[in-house]
Amino acid sequence: MAKTTDRSDYLTDSEKAESQSAVNTKPRYWEHRGNRNNMWRMLNFVLLAAGSLLILSPLWWMFATSLKTMAEVMSYPPSFFPESWEWSNYIRAWRAAPFTTYTINTITITTLVVIGSVLANSFIAYGFAKIPFRGKGIWFAIVLSTMMIPGFVTLIPQYVLFANLGWVNTYYPLIVPHFFGSAFYIFLLRQFYMTIPTELIEAAKIEGASHFYIWWKIGLPLTKPALATVAIFSFNGAWNDFLGPLLYLNDENLYTLQLGLAVFKGQLSTQWNYLMAGSLLVLLPVILLFFFFQKYFIQGINLSSGGK
Amino acid sequence: MGKRKLTIRRKESIYGYIFIMPFIVGFFAFTAGPLLFSLAGSFTDYNITSRMDFVGVENYQSLIVDDGLFRTSLWNTIYYVAFSVPLTTLGAIFISALLNQDVPGIRVFRTLYYLPAVLSGVGVYLLWMQLLEPGTGMVNLLLGWVGIDGPNWLYDPDWTKPSLILMKLWSVGGSMLLYLASMQGVSRSLYEAAEIDGASRWRQFIHITIPMITPVIFFDVVTSLIGGFQIFQEAYIMSGNGEGGPANSLLFYNLYMWNQAFESFDMGYAMAMSWILFVIVFVLTLINLKLAPRWVHYEGEEK
Repeated sequence: MAKTTDRSDYLTDSEKAESQSAVNTKPRYWEHRGNRNNMWRMLNFVLLAAGSLLILSPLWWMFATSLKTMAEVMSYPPSFFPESWEWSNYIRAWRAAPFTTYTINTITITTLVVIGSVLANSFIAYGFAKIPFRGKGIWFAIVLSTMMIPGFVTLIPQYVLFANLGWVNTYYPLIVPHFFGSAFYIFLLRQFYMTIPTELIEAAKIEGASHFYIWWKIGLPLTKPALATVAIFSFNGAWNDFLGPLLYLNDENLYTLQLGLAVFKGQLSTQWNYLMAGSLLVLLPVILLFFFFQKYFIQGINLSSGGK
Repeated sequence: MGKRKLTIRRKESIYGYIFIMPFIVGFFAFTAGPLLFSLAGSFTDYNITSRMDFVGVENYQSLIVDDGLFRTSLWNTIYYVAFSVPLTTLGAIFISALLNQDVPGIRVFRTLYYLPAVLSGVGVYLLWMQLLEPGTGMVNLLLGWVGIDGPNWLYDPDWTKPSLILMKLWSVGGSMLLYLASMQGVSRSLYEAAEIDGASRWRQFIHITIPMITPVIFFDVVTSLIGGFQIFQEAYIMSGNGEGGPANSLLFYNLYMWNQAFESFDMGYAMAMSWILFVIVFVLTLINLKLAPRWVHYEGEEK
């Protein structure tokens, strides 16, 4: 008992307490300063809370306006809370334009774009990440360089191309290009593939599996989280795309929700309650998706920043 | 043995090209081919239906020398980029600094600040048109509470571009997350050392945090410059379906180009415009890359 050299015997009481607390509470770097730092944290919290209200207020305003009568929308000063909650605005707004058709069209396009993006980019990224071949470096540099080309430079010639193929007023120009990969997603999925050990693929090859089989049976399942990110980003992109439908679709039966909303604005001009009801309905799927799959949104951002 | 190895390597090469083939095909069909076509087309009077005759540098000449609207659209775009890029960058850094602290409910705060960044499209533009209505919108109501008589926003040529910049600021959440991730990667030992030297929190932020996140600032500035020059959708909707807003104050470069290409079908002219924009963006990116070593700090680099 006497022989055990307890280090704490050589320390004063206050030092003992300090080393104890260091073990137990793991102080953060800012905790040394006591009161002044508590004040900072309070200020920080207050700023964040006030900022949150500011950030959320437009969304609340959209919701509130969508429930007001037109008389209340136009009254001055405007109010944050509707006097009577006119839920029927939503039904009226929905019926004021062929929104059901727009929704079906948008879902059709979006689904095909998501399928194309997930399959094509995963396939291409597997090639860049897991197969050694000559010229890979150059082709990957080309992938990255396409990210720097402003989309508007290729917009007009692409239109000419699709017009010559007879694809104007069809969904092909909005869907087909997504089956050929896009730089950002290739980059993102390649980053993710790099974390999968090559031994796994080597082992499968020794078993006699082809790369197609390995990509389908091992690559796709193992990269599910990154594929979810690609699916969500491309869903968001296709759902919110306005430029593509504006350029390629003329027939109102083919219109998407974004295009429909723009037409709706042209027809109603200042019917803000209906306009806000329509806008909110169009934004709702994205808002819900965000709250349920937030993790994958954030992962996409972090993955894409990791490689720089 | 040697021969067998070679065939395996060749087989791998063939596989490699099969896998990246979709990208190669797409690259030639949707990027490289169109780029060449548009470069050639910019020297013609192409109008998509009947003619495509070589006119030399006539398009470029009349754009730069004669076209007042071209200059207006370029000026509007530069104005927008010059204000929106620094403001969104500073805003995103400021908010991520606040979000990089250990305060109650921080995860909820992060979610809320990010939310507007995922919302885009016509619904958002319509929302902001309503928020910015001078008499019945929310923005002027809030400004009134603090005693400011709000401007006429989208109806006043001097305030249309600030309107769009304000809307842009609402959704800084995307780059904010980039900064936040980068700030969380800064080693705590650096702050501890500064603490021992008695550096204030402000000095720590300026001399440690900011230098450590310069690679992300660089990336953000480069990409938002490229993006800023391409502003189109919000201007198209908020200026009354492409008309350019009061006194052409929302006639941005791409909006003017769009009208030339798809309203007047003066495609040769519009393609010349697109190449001028390409060169501007390319030169700015090169300048950024040249200046980067002076202020971007990469970890592991000799100081």
